[in-house]
Amino acid sequence: MDILKFITAGSVDDGKSTLIGRLLYDSGAILADQLEALHSSNRKNDDGSIDLAILTDGLKAEREQGITIDVAYKYFNTDKRKFIIADAPGHIQYTRNMVTGASNSNLAIILIDARKGVIEQTVRHTFLVSLLGLPQIVVAINKMDMVGYSEEIYNNIVADYQALAQKLDLKNAVKFIPISALKGDNIVHESTNLPWYKGESLLHFLENVEIAVDNKTEHARLPVQWVIRPQTDELHDYRGYAGRVLSGSFHVNDKVTVLPSGFTSTISKIEQLGVEPTEAKTGMSVTIHLEDEIDISRGDILVNSRQQPQVAKMIEADLCWMDTRALDADHTYFIQHNSKLTRCKISEVLYKININNLEKVYDEEFKLNDIGRIVIKTADELAFDPYHENKANGGAIIIDSRTNVTVGALMLRSAVD
Amino acid sequence: MSSNNHLDYLDELEAEAIHILREVAGQFEKPALLFSGGKDSITLVRLAEKAFRPGKFPFPLVHIDTGHNFVETIEYRDKMIDRIGEKLIVGHVQDSIDEGKVVEQTGKNASRNALQTVTLLDTIAKHKFDACIGGARRDEEKARAKERIFSVRDEFGQWDPKRQRPELWNLYNGKIHKGENVRVFPISNWTELDVWNYIRRENIELPTIYFAHKRDTIVRNGQLMAASPFLNMDDEDVITNRTVRFRTVGDMTCTAAVQSEAFEIDDIINEISESKISERGARMDDKVSEAAMEDRKKGGYF
Repeated sequence: MDILKFITAGSVDDGKSTLIGRLLYDSGAILADQLEALHSSNRKNDDGSIDLAILTDGLKAEREQGITIDVAYKYFNTDKRKFIIADAPGHIQYTRNMVTGASNSNLAIILIDARKGVIEQTVRHTFLVSLLGLPQIVVAINKMDMVGYSEEIYNNIVADYQALAQKLDLKNAVKFIPISALKGDNIVHESTNLPWYKGESLLHFLENVEIAVDNKTEHARLPVQWVIRPQTDELHDYRGYAGRVLSGSFHVNDKVTVLPSGFTSTISKIEQLGVEPTEAKTGMSVTIHLEDEIDISRGDILVNSRQQPQVAKMIEADLCWMDTRALDADHTYFIQHNSKLTRCKISEVLYKININNLEKVYDEEFKLNDIGRIVIKTADELAFDPYHENKANGGAIIIDSRTNVTVGALMLRSAVD
Repeated sequence: MSSNNHLDYLDELEAEAIHILREVAGQFEKPALLFSGGKDSITLVRLAEKAFRPGKFPFPLVHIDTGHNFVETIEYRDKMIDRIGEKLIVGHVQDSIDEGKVVEQTGKNASRNALQTVTLLDTIAKHKFDACIGGARRDEEKARAKERIFSVRDEFGQWDPKRQRPELWNLYNGKIHKGENVRVFPISNWTELDVWNYIRRENIELPTIYFAHKRDTIVRNGQLMAASPFLNMDDEDVITNRTVRFRTVGDMTCTAAVQSEAFEIDDIINEISESKISERGARMDDKVSEAAMEDRKKGGYF
């Protein structure tokens, strides 16, 4: 059994909460006491059935204001997979939340209201999912019950979306599924209301879809988080480099380079409490030992010597700004790239993107929810891979040194000469 | 890379938690691990062993002791500390009462559960902890579902759901101002069943109260409570010996038992898989109001 993390993009009006509620309810992820609360609630659908959207109801602070302020994480599992849903609010002012939710997901469900078709919001959600590099998109065309389960309407929306995908030069795989979250059509069970649809139900697809990975994930990367040095009598010379394999795999006897210093050595041992595997695979948290005693500390990255990343202080990147205070080009921020923390400045704004029509905007001020391309200058060198080739070593955050708040998400692209 | 190269779900959850623990070690000056004696914090101790052995933990364990513990919990705690050889700091709610910082509740439903927040905040302040690792999970409750893995608290320990930092990729921003601290939840993405499956896989020993045993109990507000000197009982309370177990380990006055014949871990996993009540459903402290957890977290609770 493995884990599939997905984000649901859409607004309450598209039936997003009902969809999530339906997935949890029909897959049996709701327990008796939650069910009791659900049945005793005064909120009901027009036909008297229980309102599954209650299951995704938010915090008191949100209910008071009638808005969703944050990403909520939901969990369920079937016999085949464990699922983690990042439930992000879909309104325009919440680009920040969607970027956050998408950064940790392998797949996005983009909801389209069958009555409305492809709208501005669909463009925005698709652009963000593409920017964040999620390998798989599911376009769930919802509220099919409201359009008489019409095949023609469904086909028109599919064609409109494919045109959008072409315009965006979308690299993500796309799967279309007609559903009704309210009625339960094609969510968990296939539906007799959609006899013309020959494909699988949403859950069946989620259970079986191959979790794609990034192009260059065979390139071995391990940022050093912590150096284990017991310094006891019996372990006097013990020195283990602790970290999680971002991509690729490391083996005993592999030649590795430490960046940014450039020292090279050979892996002598890989450890995981009590066991010594010969291979450290992507995603594993391990402790690595090297044959040579070299100066390595937190913030350094171990890479396979035959697969070098880019090392630079001037880097072109895509930026999503996440703070109410606009980007200040004169201010020195922190940048966190895996275990590396250093200072940085945004040295140039190349352009911004209007995410509703995807046109470039040449307006210097970078405000909350703005997205665009910039050049960043860092105090220390970063050893990175382009985000679209290796997400795990291409993402970084900007932290405001005045407030300590995370104010920007960076998708690094390439070194600038 | 094909899908069969993906880590098994327990391996992935474990690797993520170890990564988070090592980030705490790397980013903070004075972290601590909040140890309750419950299965989630016991799981954290195992994860810390995997993250830092053969070195010492880069943090002490901190136990907030309400004084109303199950005897089995304290026995377990002391035995475990002996085994792992790490430092334990105990903050006593009784001290907070003696110092007049909190007032003991009265009445039939009196509990020290709410009082421990004060003791926790005092312990954090006294030792100047800048990060406290806890075993909370997002599947427990909807306020938890929105909380970050690195959750910043102000100098009053308050959580502000509207001012949370975006948390992207596997990057955790632990930068804080003086006086603030961060609560860190390495097993945020685990469910109750994940924890049990991990405990079984790792063969982790637990306090015996998690398993079915005979105990004197009373029915209070529709729930089974262990009869104990800490519970205010009167003539209306009928003590009955039942076969029960506990699904969470907290203060004796607010942790309800469930009737159960689950004597072994496999029985427990079967029981939870077919469960009819969620874990926090057995906690009286959550029953007070729908927003109970959200309010407690804003006030500095775990």
